[in-house]
Amino acid sequence: MIDSTYILLQQYWWLIVSLLGALLVFLLFIQGGQTLIYTLGKDESERTVLVNALGRKWELTFTTLVTFGGAFFASFPLFYSTSFGGAYWVWMAILFCFIIQAVSYEFRTKPNNFLGRRTFEAFLYINGLLGTILLGTAVATFFTGSLFSVNKMNLTNIANPIISSWQTPWHGLEAALNLHNLSLGLAVFFLARILGLLYFMNHVNSNEIFVRAKKHLLYNTIPFLVFFLTFVIWLILRDGFAVNPANGQVFMEPFKYLHNLLAMPIVLAMFLIGVVLVLWGIGKSLVIYYTKGIWFTGLGTVLTVLALFLVAGYNNTAYYPSTFDLQSSLTIINSSSSKFTLTVMSIVSLLVPFVVAYIWYVWKSMNSKKIDAEEMKSEGHIY
Amino acid sequence: MTESMDLAVVSWSKAQFALTAMYHWIFVPLTLGLAFIIAFMETLYVKTGDEEWKRITKFWMTLFGINFAIGVATGIILEFEFGTNWSNYSWFVGDIFGAPLAIEGIMAFFMETTFIAVMFFGWNKVSKKFHLLSTWLVAIGANLSALWILVANAWMQYPAGMQFNPDTARNEMVNFWDVLLSPVAVNKFLHTISQGFLLASAFVVGVSAWYLLKNRHKLLAKRSIIIASVFGLLSSIFVGLTGDGSAYQVSQKQPMKLAAMEGLYKGSEGVGLVMLGMPTPGKVYNDNKDPFIFKLEAPKLLSILGYHDKDAFVPGINDIIEGGYIYKNKNGEEAVALSAAQKIEKGKLAIQALGDYKAASDAKNKEMMVYHKKILDDNFEYFGYGYLKDASATIPSVPLVFYSFRVMVGIGLLFIVFFALVLYLVLEKDLEQKRWLLKASIFMVPMAYIASQAGWIVAEVGRQPWVIQDILPTVAAVSRIEAGAVQVTFFLFLIIFTTLLIAEMKIMFTQIKKGPKEEGGK
Ligand code: HDD
Ligand code: HEM
Ligand code: HEM
Repeated sequence: MIDSTYILLQQYWWLIVSLLGALLVFLLFIQGGQTLIYTLGKDESERTVLVNALGRKWELTFTTLVTFGGAFFASFPLFYSTSFGGAYWVWMAILFCFIIQAVSYEFRTKPNNFLGRRTFEAFLYINGLLGTILLGTAVATFFTGSLFSVNKMNLTNIANPIISSWQTPWHGLEAALNLHNLSLGLAVFFLARILGLLYFMNHVNSNEIFVRAKKHLLYNTIPFLVFFLTFVIWLILRDGFAVNPANGQVFMEPFKYLHNLLAMPIVLAMFLIGVVLVLWGIGKSLVIYYTKGIWFTGLGTVLTVLALFLVAGYNNTAYYPSTFDLQSSLTIINSSSSKFTLTVMSIVSLLVPFVVAYIWYVWKSMNSKKIDAEEMKSEGHIY
Repeated sequence: MTESMDLAVVSWSKAQFALTAMYHWIFVPLTLGLAFIIAFMETLYVKTGDEEWKRITKFWMTLFGINFAIGVATGIILEFEFGTNWSNYSWFVGDIFGAPLAIEGIMAFFMETTFIAVMFFGWNKVSKKFHLLSTWLVAIGANLSALWILVANAWMQYPAGMQFNPDTARNEMVNFWDVLLSPVAVNKFLHTISQGFLLASAFVVGVSAWYLLKNRHKLLAKRSIIIASVFGLLSSIFVGLTGDGSAYQVSQKQPMKLAAMEGLYKGSEGVGLVMLGMPTPGKVYNDNKDPFIFKLEAPKLLSILGYHDKDAFVPGINDIIEGGYIYKNKNGEEAVALSAAQKIEKGKLAIQALGDYKAASDAKNKEMMVYHKKILDDNFEYFGYGYLKDASATIPSVPLVFYSFRVMVGIGLLFIVFFALVLYLVLEKDLEQKRWLLKASIFMVPMAYIASQAGWIVAEVGRQPWVIQDILPTVAAVSRIEAGAVQVTFFLFLIIFTTLLIAEMKIMFTQIKKGPKEEGGK
């Protein structure tokens, strides 16, 4: 009784969710940039320029995160209920990091702001530091697994009808203590900083800041490569969570993620091109005077992250594995919404190109000029 | 895994959701309304070319920005709380409930976010016309986001367009339009955005009145008052009409909530509406206490408002628990109401049938599957009752709902008079002389906020014990976490949001004191 349209829809929605995740990682350049304000800005006027360069776009990242959550909920509700309710502390910590970010730009320089400018700057820093590391760590559990069980028939237990249970009292904190997870978390953190630097090099009209950014680009690229390669090599070598398409049983398969890459040449190509573009953008910016590195590294980031998500979910793989009870693992088939809902959502997704188009159009007309200290004096609304 | 769950986790989860939702709701209504008021002002600027209008627009925009930022900060948590704290809920109804949230993100939030950037930073970068268009799109985006979240909420009050699937053990959407266009959703949306318009108008009138009292920025204040009192008057009338529509929907779809709103224990034909009254504290449904210490009633009005018939029977709490009266069921046919005990019985049957169905399905016994599926379908309407202990668990907090409802309606009616008066006097150029009214205008700002919060208390507390009316009670909706963990996050939210609220209010008051910028510099 295999319904091929349904499977197609599930794959389509995994693609959309993956794409949103990939865009989100690219847009974390805001978060990376927030950790660099004091590193790059030596006086108040420079810092003002940097904060405002980020401040005009932070909501795009934020909204992408919100939409990523909403789309995941609509298309794979079992993930939403199992992971969020289970890995409670990690998700709560991530949310707190974003709550404090949302007010900081608007409130930072307003008179009589109660907490003081430095506090709001600290909020931005915490958001950039913890927000990125925790998000990366949480995504890494797509490959390393977590300790949970799901039993939908608990619903019939009137005294205790909850279907998903996390099997450790740490409720997600355990994920942050796992080195493999952490290596992805740190890779995302340094990548976000690299993207932040490249964004400043592209968008801020100041020679001093450009020179400093270029210097720090090197300092951040080295740890990024170390953590990223650690994660990737280990990913390629490890056993993965495979699904038997005939009966839905989950089992461990050696070199599963390597197999997935080889079985899906397009994904492999995406991954390789992505990595090359990331490095190309960084390399060119390091070697010559170059301001467009953000575009290469940004596109590369999107492709690489997209490929990683697809490796996690496609080709009969459990994308949210349980190491406590393999058969509780979530796959795009057993955790998705109904065919009807996915169809409705797919119609809605036709709006996405329009959304992308107007965002692109608006920013094209707003970005015709680089940002600098001069503009900060004449502009009415500054942070 | 047979030990029963800790009920404290339910209470703390409810407390946390109430806290975070109420905080979010401090900021949202102002966003909904002020966005339109700003758009009107900027339209006048573009039409007349009068620089004063631009200054006025920019002034209110600054206040809008301060409020907006904290609205966003408090909003993100709500979305994720469905997963973190209502994990069973997210699976049980996520197939229907997730869609509006996702559509909200795609359709509304990106629109708001993108054009808000133009609104704030685009004055010198894009053409006047494009800037104006952006301001309008921000207003439309904000209200679209209200649409989708309210569709989701309305669906919890009146689950439509769905069917239970025993194979996946969840409810699945079968008709999107039934979800989107249910009469509850339509009313809720219109009532809620119009009360946002009302609140923002009250805010603009209040701030402007303060300037008049202080003899400052008089042109700005008077022009703002004209716009806001027209908008406010229209909105407050509309709030009353849609509020009446909401009450009608509640009578039809959530009779228990209506009974709580009215403190009505024993129903009858041609019931009056309690205008003022004091419910007896500590009353339980099956004691002999008089429900009211005193009450002042408008005869037959409740029957008229709730059923559009002056002699209609309105069931009270006791009637709903005991059953046996005639009512119109979902298909509009007359039926005899079941008692709460019967509903609980049927709920247990449905839950049992789900288990049996699953067992039959595992054993690949087609015949038994059909048999148990039929029992499940026949009783599913009362599925959630199966989780309730006894009849008393079906009653929400009567005094809280009763008083909140009167506070909301009372303030709502007052606003119609208030805006009419302000508009009349400002057009007669007499407003400045009426200092008592200017002072009253400032006082009316918090009143709007109180009415707004009170409205949600009616809607959400009145819905208890249900998260999804009749289908899922709060006890079956939570996540499996320790009550202590939720307690910790509750207090973290309390501290963070309160701190941010204080910061926001200080900044807001300082900006109001400073007044508009002179054109050009800071
Ligand atoms: C300034 C705010 C405000 C004012 C003046 C009013 N309302 Fe209201 N009301 C709301 C703000 C609100 C709200 C916050 O928007 C609610 C909460 C949930 C909802 O759908 O809207 C609401 C809910 C709500 C409900 C419950 C709906 C439900 O449970 O689903 C009813 C019956 C009314 N209203 C009726 C009225 C009437 C008859 C009013 C008379 C003028 C009135 N409201 C004024
Ligand atoms: C923003 C305005 C809102 C306010 C002020 C508000 C207020 C409240 C309050 C006071 C409670 C606690 C009720 C009790 O425990 O007695 C509650 C619970 C809840 N509300 Fe709302 N609510 C709002 C909007 C919404 C919306 C739009 C949704 C869904 C889309 C929603 C979903 C819930 C849920 C899931 C609970 C917890 C379960 C329950 O107690 O029934 N709320 N809300
Ligand atoms: C309890 C359910 C709710 C959830 C899950 C929720 C979710 C959110 C989120 C995630 C944001 C931030 C969006 C961004 O990134 O820009 C937000 C903001 C907003 N929400 Fe809510 N919200 C809820 C209740 C409501 C209600 C009941 C309304 C309106 C009737 C509303 C209207 C808005 C508006 C207009 C904004 C824009 C920012 C602002 O608040 O000023 N929300 N909400």
